[in-house]
Amino acid sequence: MANVNLETLKPGEAATIAAVHTDRALLHRLAALGFRVGKRVEVIRLGRFSGPLHVRIGATDIMLRRKEAKKIEVQPLAR
Amino acid sequence: MKRLALIGMPNTGKSTFFNRATGASARVGNWPGITVDLLGAKLPLAGEMVELVDLPGIYDLHGFSDDEQVVRHFLEKNPVDLVVIILNATQIERQLSLALQIKQLCLPAVLLLNMADEAKKFGISVDAPKMSDALGMPVALLSAKYGNGYQDAHRIIAQSVQNSTPVPPEKLQVLLAADDQIESDMEAVLKNTVQVPVQLSDKLTTRLDSFMLHPWLGLPLFFLIMYLLFQAIFLLGKPLQDGVAWLLEAFRQGALEPVLAGLPAALHGLLIEGIYNGVGTVATFVPVIVLFFLFMALVEDSGYLSRAAFLMDALMAKLGLDGRSFVMMLLGFGCNVPALMGTRVMRSRSLRLLTMLVIPFSLCSARLQVFVFITAAIFSPKAAPLVLFSLYLFSFTAAFATAILFKNRFRNNEPFILELPPYRFPTLRQMVLRGWHEVRHFLGRASKFIIAGVVLVWMLTHFPQGAAAGGINTWAGMIGHFMQPLLAPIGIDQQLAIALIFGFVAKEIVVGSLAVIYGLEGSALTGMMAHQLDWVQAYSFMLFTLIYTPCLSTIATIRSESKSVAFTVVAVAFPLALAWLLSFAFYQAARALGY
Repeated sequence: MANVNLETLKPGEAATIAAVHTDRALLHRLAALGFRVGKRVEVIRLGRFSGPLHVRIGATDIMLRRKEAKKIEVQPLAR
Repeated sequence: MKRLALIGMPNTGKSTFFNRATGASARVGNWPGITVDLLGAKLPLAGEMVELVDLPGIYDLHGFSDDEQVVRHFLEKNPVDLVVIILNATQIERQLSLALQIKQLCLPAVLLLNMADEAKKFGISVDAPKMSDALGMPVALLSAKYGNGYQDAHRIIAQSVQNSTPVPPEKLQVLLAADDQIESDMEAVLKNTVQVPVQLSDKLTTRLDSFMLHPWLGLPLFFLIMYLLFQAIFLLGKPLQDGVAWLLEAFRQGALEPVLAGLPAALHGLLIEGIYNGVGTVATFVPVIVLFFLFMALVEDSGYLSRAAFLMDALMAKLGLDGRSFVMMLLGFGCNVPALMGTRVMRSRSLRLLTMLVIPFSLCSARLQVFVFITAAIFSPKAAPLVLFSLYLFSFTAAFATAILFKNRFRNNEPFILELPPYRFPTLRQMVLRGWHEVRHFLGRASKFIIAGVVLVWMLTHFPQGAAAGGINTWAGMIGHFMQPLLAPIGIDQQLAIALIFGFVAKEIVVGSLAVIYGLEGSALTGMMAHQLDWVQAYSFMLFTLIYTPCLSTIATIRSESKSVAFTVVAVAFPLALAWLLSFAFYQAARALGY
């Protein structure tokens, strides 16, 4: 499957992180929270009214805005 | 330059230590041999500059998780003069292996045992000198969270780094060769043979989240929880507040008055009616503030606050704020001061300033007291709750409108990424420590400002000599008279103008000052006010009171938190202008409609 950005995933869908396109500071923060290439990320829920995403990486739950999610390139996993 | 590497297990307070040691000077950088970025900082140590690198938290130097490989590859490629090992003292028997692994590599190292305070609570005692002998490296006990033991830690690090010689990376490569071999073998085997199941997170947290973050129930639940919290704070706080007021009054009558009786009347008045009563009024609010912080510590450490931020972020983003700003505004409904201090969690200065600009519109408990008093005096029991509710609406509207107005001036691009930690109950000790810490800061900062403020107000309302205290012949009365051209169009007469001046210091004084100004108490006072004011005037007065400067403590806090006089001036001037405009619009419109 072609790579998409994290923001396009729906709740319950999972993907493998392919690349993170951000500046260095944010890259480091994302990496510290577990956003690393090759990791599996699952979208748990979406906030209402274009609210943030609630995602899970390993055992860590993280919220991030759609704006930041767009910068994370993922390869969707078949359900 | 000598290089220090910080190594420790995850959740040992390694980052807390790093931040404390390096302050704000840390920079993200990339290093030979590894693909991820690491935080590093240059800092002075024992008279020379050294570089401190924060390596990822690992359980095992010879392990094969991403982070463990990063640490190993870093050591293979970058010479290190001193390894600073941080371990959790409460789990020392499990974690000590890491220190021994470092020792096996012949790397010069010191060992810091963090969370020493917690270990003590569990009855764990560590004999640092003995352990130091056994390990052959210096050992110090530390509490990174509370800052205890820093001097010891600093001293042993400084001593060790002076005498240390780095191990050449080539030697480490040899020592770690076996691990590198395993790494590549492992990759080859795993690649085609093993499928790892997805790790499951805590079931209870997931279940709770399905309610707390429910698309429709989430927000109502959130408001219910906040409502109950405020109810609890004021239900518990009120008797304590009355108790403190009673104690202060008893002290005044029993000790202060007799001792100071010999002083000249003016000095006596200044000391007792000015400073003691003024500071005392503020002191009675300390129990509420303590409770407030205790509950906030509970909510914050429970993990729920980040859920609230999740729920409200969509709306707040449109106002140039984020989910945390909303949480702080809500805290402001208790008291603006701690809410302002709470903005420290934000990294972007613009976002922080914008949030600090909107927080003072939150209808705090002190203003509520004024509104309850006036609505009871002027409005019918049926109308009173509606009037109060409308003031809450104005409070939100003013905050949101201000954010929209200023969001371009305080534009921020702060990415909003937050971990949603598992729900947990904080320990009582944790809550108490947090509460005490914040209260001490609040008292230290606010006290000087409040003393100056109450002295000024007392003088304004007692001079020139011979004028009736708080009356219209005093300086305050003259100012009230002088301000009539400004205040008459919004329906505020001279007496109310004096009350507004009092209210500038603290809203808690407004009701009392009305008693002084009218020279009446209790039902006589409310009767007099009902006679003198109509509902349009009263509502206009309340609108003004809601929007303009909450109190001197708030200004002092804005000043110390923003560290900018210019911003503080804006934060005072803008609400004043907005308060006048709103009251003017309301008063003139109501009059034009024939009320």
